[in-house]
Amino acid sequence: MAADRTYSPVAQAARVALDTCAREPGAKKPDPILVGDGVRRQFGGIVAVDVDHIEVQRGSITALIGPNGAGKTTLFNLLTGFDKPNTGAWSFDGRSMEKVASHRTAALGMVRTFQLTKSLTKLSVIENMRLGATDQKGEKWWNGLFSAIWKGQEDAITKRAEDLLERFKLGHMRDEYAGALSGGQRKLLEMARALMTDPTLVMLDEPMAGVNPALKQSLNEHIRGLRDEGMTVLFVEHDMDMVHDVSDWVIVMAEGRIIAEGTPDDISRNPAVIDAYLGSHQGRSLMEENS
Amino acid sequence: MDWTLIIENSLKGLIGINAVYFAIAAIGMNVQFGYAGLLNFGQAGFMACGAYGLGMTAHYFDISFWWGIPLGILFSVLLGLLMGVPTLRLRADYLAIVTIASAEIIRLVVRSVKFKTYFGGSDGINSFAQPFRKVGNSLGIEEADEYGFWPFRFTGRELWTLIVGWILVALLGFFVYKLMKSPWGRVLKAIREDEDAVRSLGKNVYSYKMQALIMGGVIGTISGMVFALDRAAVQPDNYSRDVTFYILTALVLGGVAKVSGSIVGPMMFWGLFTFMDNFLRQVAEDPIHLGNITLMKSTQVGQLNYILIGLTLILLMVYRPQGVFGNRQEMAFDGR
Repeated sequence: MAADRTYSPVAQAARVALDTCAREPGAKKPDPILVGDGVRRQFGGIVAVDVDHIEVQRGSITALIGPNGAGKTTLFNLLTGFDKPNTGAWSFDGRSMEKVASHRTAALGMVRTFQLTKSLTKLSVIENMRLGATDQKGEKWWNGLFSAIWKGQEDAITKRAEDLLERFKLGHMRDEYAGALSGGQRKLLEMARALMTDPTLVMLDEPMAGVNPALKQSLNEHIRGLRDEGMTVLFVEHDMDMVHDVSDWVIVMAEGRIIAEGTPDDISRNPAVIDAYLGSHQGRSLMEENS
Repeated sequence: MDWTLIIENSLKGLIGINAVYFAIAAIGMNVQFGYAGLLNFGQAGFMACGAYGLGMTAHYFDISFWWGIPLGILFSVLLGLLMGVPTLRLRADYLAIVTIASAEIIRLVVRSVKFKTYFGGSDGINSFAQPFRKVGNSLGIEEADEYGFWPFRFTGRELWTLIVGWILVALLGFFVYKLMKSPWGRVLKAIREDEDAVRSLGKNVYSYKMQALIMGGVIGTISGMVFALDRAAVQPDNYSRDVTFYILTALVLGGVAKVSGSIVGPMMFWGLFTFMDNFLRQVAEDPIHLGNITLMKSTQVGQLNYILIGLTLILLMVYRPQGVFGNRQEMAFDGR
């Protein structure tokens, strides 16, 4: 199925570049946008994340998969500054990120969404979108008092927000409270709102969770669209069909470590991955197991 | 039963000085609680900052009365920083604990014998408000004269404070209204919903919360000043916990996250309070006897009044949780 798709030039370039990479954990990429080294996070006695090396290729769609509790979301939190690692160094676009506060990452071009959708339900859809824009003059209270200062910028932001809403087929919900949206629409809104920050790296935490199959198709299209516009996408997902369908590269985590990397086709054939997901006893019957 | 008197007093309560200083303090609390979702239970502490800022000019610093205004504001900014720095990174309930404790610490410190030279101890500070009264006189409002028409008859003294107070309510109300319509207000409302989402979009949540806490506190300080000027006295026990909670009550009654709610709520609160108080007092003058049980004594008026106010609020919360002006729809979604 994935084989007969035609790829945009950007996507093709990313796939060609990734094709040269080694199929091993911590593989070097020709042009990494995100690099992590020795990132380790412990919660008491449990090591949630222990990643020796990770690189994400610029302009690609990279999937981060793994069984529950593999540390995917924790790694996300660490990379975006929402959590602090015990040790480790990581950089984004060549810039060291250890000392950067979580709210500064968006300004640098790295934006994330959340596993449990965080739509601001008591704000209207359009206000949710406007909130995403960075560097707003009216967000300083002394400017906020004088609408003349920020009105022009606000109009431009609104225009951009409306275009994005149209693209995500939420245009008709513009003035509704975000709380009135369905679960899937909220996922779309959160993604659209993240795009308002004008990111270069979009990190999506389980974009497909709770989304119906029809909407999944269009979400896939949106994610591909992001790459074709030159953004890099890193996403956590459990839905293997989606991973196979949309990603250029897959990184597999289990028990906090990266256990495999490769193209989606490599990964689906990798015995270590099958073990991690299904347990090493799969294929054998219980009778055999007991004997 | 003298209904004219009851009605007159109730209507006066509606726009009286109590409603004014409650309204200003509620506008401030609304910035914190209504828009930014910060539970500040120490508004009385901020009000004390303003009152003591004015009072200390005469009592301790011996400088012009007018310096009291920047001084009070300075006090409350410092108090806001003191409360906010350790707690605004934590969950909302910690702020509630710290604010209620700080306000009590302030009250206990200013009423202590040890610091009597600075704050006047439990007697507080008197006779500092003359310069303020003089401005009223120079504008032709004689302190002792009566002004107005039924039912709104006030002495010149009351009238002058009321005029200044209501002008402040209007200005501050407009100030907050404009701010909440701006992108700054949008960030605040978003923080009330979900801090992490706002942080992921590149806003410095901590800084915004600090701004909201201090802004609401400074507005509370102005309320404390108006109150002190009306009494021409600063009394430490006027700034105890219950003041904060009555203001919060009045705000919820009007409707949170609405400027109109924060102004009309206190008016209704005091209108209702004065009505009940006057009504019950008249009932107690001619008590009903059932055998040898007296149903109502004049000493019970205050207690019964607070019981009834409490009951009204419970009923309000059950049947109209958004308050009088609140937005039902804004209250309806709470599926997080």
